[in-house]
Amino acid sequence: MTDVNMNSLRNQPDDRGRFGMHGGRFVAETLMPLILKVEEAYTSATSDADFQRELEYYQTHYIGRPSPLYFAERMTAHFGGAKLYLKRDELNHTGAHKINNVIGQALVAKRMGKTKIIAETGAGQHGVATATACALFNMECEVFMGEEDVRRQKPNVDRMRLLGAKIYPVTSGTGTLKDAMNEALRYWVANAESHFYIIGTVAGPHPYPQMVRDFQSVIGKEAREQIMKAEGRLPDSIVACIGGGSNAMGLFHPFLDEESVSIYGVEAAGKGIPSGLHAASLTGGTPGILHGNRTYLLQDDDGQIIDAHSISAGLDYPGIGPEHAWLHDMKRVNYVSATDDEALEAFQLCSRLEGIIPALEPSHALAFVSTMIGDMDKDDIVILNMCGRGDKDLGAVLPVLEERGRL
Amino acid sequence: MTSRIANAFANARAENRGILGVFVTAGDPDAQTSAGILDALVDSHVDIVELGMPFSDPMADGPAIQAASLRALKNGMTLAGTLDIAAAFRARHPDTPLVLMGYYNPIYIYGVDRFLADAVKAGVDGLIVVDLPPEEDDELLEPARAAGLDFIRLVTPTSDADRLPVVLGSASGFVYYVAITGITGTTSAAGDSISAAYERITAVTDLPVVTGFGIRTPEQAGEAASRSDGAIVGSAVVEIIAESLDDAGNGTPETVSKIAAFVGELAKGVAAKAD
Repeated sequence: MTDVNMNSLRNQPDDRGRFGMHGGRFVAETLMPLILKVEEAYTSATSDADFQRELEYYQTHYIGRPSPLYFAERMTAHFGGAKLYLKRDELNHTGAHKINNVIGQALVAKRMGKTKIIAETGAGQHGVATATACALFNMECEVFMGEEDVRRQKPNVDRMRLLGAKIYPVTSGTGTLKDAMNEALRYWVANAESHFYIIGTVAGPHPYPQMVRDFQSVIGKEAREQIMKAEGRLPDSIVACIGGGSNAMGLFHPFLDEESVSIYGVEAAGKGIPSGLHAASLTGGTPGILHGNRTYLLQDDDGQIIDAHSISAGLDYPGIGPEHAWLHDMKRVNYVSATDDEALEAFQLCSRLEGIIPALEPSHALAFVSTMIGDMDKDDIVILNMCGRGDKDLGAVLPVLEERGRL
Repeated sequence: MTSRIANAFANARAENRGILGVFVTAGDPDAQTSAGILDALVDSHVDIVELGMPFSDPMADGPAIQAASLRALKNGMTLAGTLDIAAAFRARHPDTPLVLMGYYNPIYIYGVDRFLADAVKAGVDGLIVVDLPPEEDDELLEPARAAGLDFIRLVTPTSDADRLPVVLGSASGFVYYVAITGITGTTSAAGDSISAAYERITAVTDLPVVTGFGIRTPEQAGEAASRSDGAIVGSAVVEIIAESLDDAGNGTPETVSKIAAFVGELAKGVAAKAD
């Protein structure tokens, strides 16, 4: 350990899977042996050159990496401040950053000899990415999705079915993403020998938060190289939206030790934090234990979990990855929020000015950028992670815009 | 002083039988009916009462106990309310062991030290906290043991020779053998597999081993109790509560009497398998 930079923020978690007080392995004994095996397989994969080569092969030839870093000239002019660059992860195969993680975990599953995959999904992006990887690697795919989301996100449900996945609508609890995750964990416990659980975000018991972050860190690594090439220096600010926080962790991690870089994570404020109808676990939550880790949660004073609310189904989760909780505690990352309405505004702005229809999730990040970028110097640089494309959101967005006479 | 839990096993052993443990959720369907149900368990010869602390996201439980948790929460049950039910139970039943079972988050939010003090004051004998494996012992197990409470561990069919000593090293009270690889109230295990597990577990610990998860009938309870040191029934009891409710989800006069009848049969099932 003597060679490791102890002051680096990039050495977490510790061997208990802790990021400060957050993270850990808060799971039933029925799950412990599985989680220990996943950790062992992941650790051995990271030091295996063949695994890295295979991962890079699929990143390049299947996902389409590296994704471009695009100078958003018209939005930059519109805001009249710093230069805005978009990290175009919406151009990945399947239209979002989720596939980065899924391909990585599917390769770990393959190493473990597993041929059956479980996933939870909210908006369906992680479900689609998992169904895609399962088709590619000839694995069976079973996806748990809240009953309400199955109805709301029909195009993604249809994509998953077309890709050969089996979908279980979840009616237990409140029938939302958190219940889909509960149900996926229950199913995994009952089918431990044959199945691998691909968690879609940087949450869950150790080693998932670390593993998902590592697979998503390709975003930040590329962005760093690309901005050095384009501008010859690091950005002043980097910004990403946060539900569970995987796209954000992927962008942030390679920049954590760069003190000159301000980092912003944008949570979904739904109808506004004071309304109580939001998904901002850091801004409006408290530390607790759910889904195998300690982190900030939306909960009442009896420790019961409260449903999240956001117009964006992908941010609609009452928790957040434990590494974000830690970065929040130590104030390395600034966690801010944007409401449904602010995100809709940004959604439309980006579509009209750049010809890029963003997903509602990164629209939250853009909404925050619009509040601060105008005050920055013209020579300053901001990178925003455009982590998904908006086709999936038309059903949610169009009726609202039409009703408001915005189309 | 021997503990109430140790006494319960000693008494059952003197009768050449295993113990019967029954799980119900605190405040299901409401606080008052819940107290009546607990009295019925004692009257129907339950040896150890497991009182569930309701949680919105019970990861290791099947549909029956999930629904029980939600019913209790909907009717206003809290962890403080659960401790009140426990204290009142202890006042009425000085000798029956009472174990609280649930998930860590409500305890964490209540405050570990405050929870342990209140649980001890309420006359609780032990804790089963499902989502605290040995890797997280310093969170609750160590302070609970220091406070004089038993910390009961779950052991599963997937707990192999490497894992068993880790799991049981810090356990006390008894060992809860989860007979199936799954959630509560689903499938049932074969008798032979329970015997084999019993042998593996008792090779590592001197604690009594009871079998639970998937035990639904008096016959299965008898079988499990005869192949280990006892049987725990949860979902099947909780389902009877659910079936007895009126259309508005409230308890009826039948709620307590039906539980008493069913649990009485379970006790007979366990006694009949005395060897």
